[in-house]
Amino acid sequence: MYRIGVIGDRDSVLGFQALGLEVCPADSAEAARQALHRMAKEGFAILYLTEQLAAQLGPELALYQEELTPAIILIPGKEGSLGIGMANVKNAVERAVGADIL
Amino acid sequence: MPSTTINPTRMELTRLKGRLKTAQRGHKLLKDKRDELMKQFMDVVRENRALRQRVEEGLLQAHRAFTVAAALMSPEMLEQALLYPKQHVELEMTFQNVMSVNVPHYEFHTQSQDAGEVYPYGFAQTSGELDDAVNALSQVMQDMLRLAEAEKASQLLAQEIERTRRRVNALEYVKIPQMEENIHYISMKLDENERANTIRLMKVKDLLLKENIEARRRQTAQALRAFCEHSDAARPT
Repeated sequence: MYRIGVIGDRDSVLGFQALGLEVCPADSAEAARQALHRMAKEGFAILYLTEQLAAQLGPELALYQEELTPAIILIPGKEGSLGIGMANVKNAVERAVGADIL
Repeated sequence: MPSTTINPTRMELTRLKGRLKTAQRGHKLLKDKRDELMKQFMDVVRENRALRQRVEEGLLQAHRAFTVAAALMSPEMLEQALLYPKQHVELEMTFQNVMSVNVPHYEFHTQSQDAGEVYPYGFAQTSGELDDAVNALSQVMQDMLRLAEAEKASQLLAQEIERTRRRVNALEYVKIPQMEENIHYISMKLDENERANTIRLMKVKDLLLKENIEARRRQTAQALRAFCEHSDAARPT
């Protein structure tokens, strides 16, 4: 049995609590980093992370990219999308194909 | 010239030829693997893009509704309303094998199937906008889950494709030409040795022949001389 976690600033993630996901409010990059590592160890299969925090956690995310769990998925926070998630999709294509063909 | 020193022996040649054959076979297989992975990857990544667009849109809507709800209610009330969830999500993870890459497949069930169960609060003290926000979130949840699946799969596949491509290129442009060069070098060297051997034999044969001829000539000369002396002596004086 695996769990789904959500990390982000309080206002962005509060709603997910109603859906039964495990929410970890983090207001700073440091708090988010700690939450990320803790949750990765505790058997979370999916971690949703707001782009606002992800922008400050670059190297930490790369660490988990090659792992099977957790899958760290970026979602837009309440300030809106920063386009990091889309950029990551582009990066994956560039990495695999050698050029952005989409 | 080969880059490393190699023994120009017949054994080495056989060994290298075997290795070349294996490398060529491996190269072909890896190339096929790369092509198939690429095909799968393109499908996954297209799905990934579409899902991400949908999820980002849906979440934006939900956030908008939340902001309105937060404006209408006090923060304490809002938090209290959402503090204890009625729903509980359980996630099952299985793995799918796509061209020897393990890709996660998620299956999730909510504790209760009733759609009305997502609201963990009474309706008396909360605003209608909060209902909208929670509703929007629960709508987008299914897509978010599929997004997680597609995104992880595309990451893992991209990594595997990169690795396979490197291997294919290393074999194609470095390993196989190097081995072919070495084989060429050894076979040239062996041929050269063989020619040298033949020439040496011919030379030796020449030498021996010359000696033989020399000896025969001396014998003939001796015999001739002996005959002359003999006939001189026998002639009546």
